[in-house]
This record gives sequence, structure tokens and C-alpha cells, in this order.
Amino acid sequence: MKEFIAKRVARELQDGDVVNLGIGLPTLVANYIDDDKDIIFQSENGFIGIGPTPAKGDEDPYVVNAGGNPVTISKDGAFFDSATSFAIIRGGHVDATVLGALQVDKNGNLANWMIPGKLVPGMGGAMDLVVGARKVIVAMEHTNKGKHKILEECTLPLTAAGQVNLIITEMGVIEVTKEGLLLKEINKDYTIEQVQEATGTTLIIDENLKNM
Amino acid sequence: MKLITLDNLKDIVKDSMTIMVSGFMGCGTPHKIIDKLVELGVKDLTLICNDTSWTHYGVGKLIVTKQFAKVKTSHIGLNPESIRQLNEKETDFELIPQGTLAERIRSAGAGLGGFLTPTGLGTVVQDGKKIIEVDGKEYLLELPLKADVALISAYMVDKKGNCYYRGSTRNFAPIMAMAADTVIVEADKVVEVGEIQQENVVTPHIFVDYIIDGEKN
Repeated sequence: MKEFIAKRVARELQDGDVVNLGIGLPTLVANYIDDDKDIIFQSENGFIGIGPTPAKGDEDPYVVNAGGNPVTISKDGAFFDSATSFAIIRGGHVDATVLGALQVDKNGNLANWMIPGKLVPGMGGAMDLVVGARKVIVAMEHTNKGKHKILEECTLPLTAAGQVNLIITEMGVIEVTKEGLLLKEINKDYTIEQVQEATGTTLIIDENLKNM
Repeated sequence: MKLITLDNLKDIVKDSMTIMVSGFMGCGTPHKIIDKLVELGVKDLTLICNDTSWTHYGVGKLIVTKQFAKVKTSHIGLNPESIRQLNEKETDFELIPQGTLAERIRSAGAGLGGFLTPTGLGTVVQDGKKIIEVDGKEYLLELPLKADVALISAYMVDKKGNCYYRGSTRNFAPIMAMAADTVIVEADKVVEVGEIQQENVVTPHIFVDYIIDGEKN
């Protein structure tokens, strides 16, 4: 299911885009980029041009990703300091960011950084990414074991208000619009009723609803 | 002469000081300096650092030994001891968005009184902060962050203090080097002046007070 979501997200990314992928499912998106697209992946710890994971034994301790794990950098990549990295992010130089969510709502509010009393990892770079990236794509499983994650209004502390543009799940592709959440594509394994039932706010169904 | 030994740290890093430590999940952290601080047992420190790393690596070790009274950071999620100390209220944690953390440090070093950022608007991050409107858009006023001592790491440092960083180790080091009263760099290699091409110097020597030779310490 994660691969299915990641593949669909990959199709959203355009040739030449600067993209920051969050940890977990979003990281998989890099595996499904068409060969004819040149996507520049940014790592908020300080470089552009994240390459493939190094083979065992070839790791360079001086080159790690934002999770602290060894990665490689492409020949056309570049390293920079953290202030520059976040000038890139906040300054609108990142075309798209893909990240997971605990909750997302019809106004494009996102909650993905803490559950009070339970999980307080810190926001890391997520707040800056969601505010600064030109397009914010939430990639996640549609529900948390049946519990709604797409809501009328987020109940958990927000990562950012009104910044999400697109939600991609195993059930469909949903755009955040002024009128509410617009179901634009549906996975043909589900009916509209099933998608609606798995969603905590009323979906608007696109006149030209497509298969995912 | 800026070259000192790890033993000299006891005369520089004192109880209750505010320290900045470079590194991102330990990558670019001055590891030998951290180990020495563990050994010295200096305590009640305030830490400014991107994250609290893992329990066995980087500044995470100083979390385990409870040498901090306060921690200002963007992420603690991979250090269970940080989470425990936060939940038990043993240590005071201030969680700061990473870009805001970097820019607050940069502001201190650049002589700015703060900066306006859209990051954190509409979240708990805006609590207690001024919201300022510019050209019809709202921003949070964020204030500079400085330290008594910055502890940074660089791959190659010449004897004057010019620093060259390798790979993604650069992260917070260049901005921290500008935002503290005293700056100590742990060098993977110390070289003669002239061995680093001037255009490859990222942190100029005027920001560096002391050098610890990582190969000899």
C-alpha cells in the first residue's frame, strides 16, 4: 500500500522540481521517479542532490541525511549550512514537500509533530517546510486503523495552518480547495461511499473524477 | 597561539553556562569535546543544538549524564532519555522549529535584534510572541539566540583558525561560530596556514578562539 501511495506522489513531481521528502513513506517516493525527470532532492541538514543509499561498506560518515543515516550526494549536488538550508525552504525555493500526517483537515491545517502527553519528538524542520514549500503534499494511509485522519478540524496541535495543497492516500487523491476537500481521483478498488465513510469531513466529488 | 588541549576545557566551560554544539544527529558534532565534558562533569548547562541525537552518540551522551538544566532544540525524538526527562519535567526543553533555531543563531551573530518569520503562525510556537504585519502578511517576531561558548567541529582547520568543512558536517557550525563569546573548534586535521585555499574557507579565523587538534587529543 505504501508503494502504491509513493508511486502516485511521484507523478505529482515535475521535471526540475526541488523537493524535500519527509521520513517514512515519503522517502519511498524517490524510488518511483521516471527516468526522464530530473528531480533535485533537498536534505534540510544541508545539501541538495541526495543520491541513492550507499552500499554496505561504502558509507561516508561525513554525508548523512536529516535522519542521521548515511546517504550519497549526486555529482551536481551542493552542501550548505543550516541558515542557507532554511532560507531555501522558507524562501520559496522548494517546489514541493511530501510528508506524513497524524491529522489533516478541510482547511488544509496539518498536525504531524506531537501528541500531547504521549509523543513529543519536536517539529524538526517540518513547520518551516510546510510554510515555505510552494506545494505541500500529504502522503499517508487514509485512516489510522479505521480511525479518521482526514477531519473537519484537526484536534492535535498544528504543524501549520492552511498550508496543505494535496492529500494522497491508498483510497484517492484529494485537493484542498476554498470550498472544502475535493476528491479528484479514486482507487478503483473502493467506492465513493467507502472513501467518504473513511473520511471525517464531507468530500466534494469532482465532476471529472478519475481513476487513480 | 590558539591550539589548546582537551584538558583546557575545564577552564573555559563552567557550570551554568550556555553552550552551542554543532551537528545534526551527531554528524558535525565535536565528539572528543563532548566526551571530555562528560568526564569533567560540568553541570546545569543550557544547551543550544539542532537535536539531542541518540543516547550513545554526540550531545545525547550529555543528556544521559543530566548535565543540562535547559535545552533549546528542534528535535528530541530519537533520544528516549530526552523524552523521559521532558515528560518527568527533569529538564526544561524548549522546542523550536529548525529554521527558526538556525535564524535566531544567525541573528545573534549578525547583530540583528531578531527577525520576522511565517513559521509557527497558528501553532503553539506563536504563544507569547509578537505578531507583526508587513504588507498585509503576518509574521512572528523571533529573537536572537547567543551563547557563552560554541563548540564546533571542522574537517580541516589551519593554525590561525580558518575552517573547512566536509560533507554535511557543516550544518550549524558556521552560524554558531558567529554567535558565542568563545568559540572552540575540534579539528579532524590541523594544517599550516595556506594549506586551505582562501576561497575554500567557510568560517574565517576571526571567529575562532581556540583549536583542539582531534588527531592529537
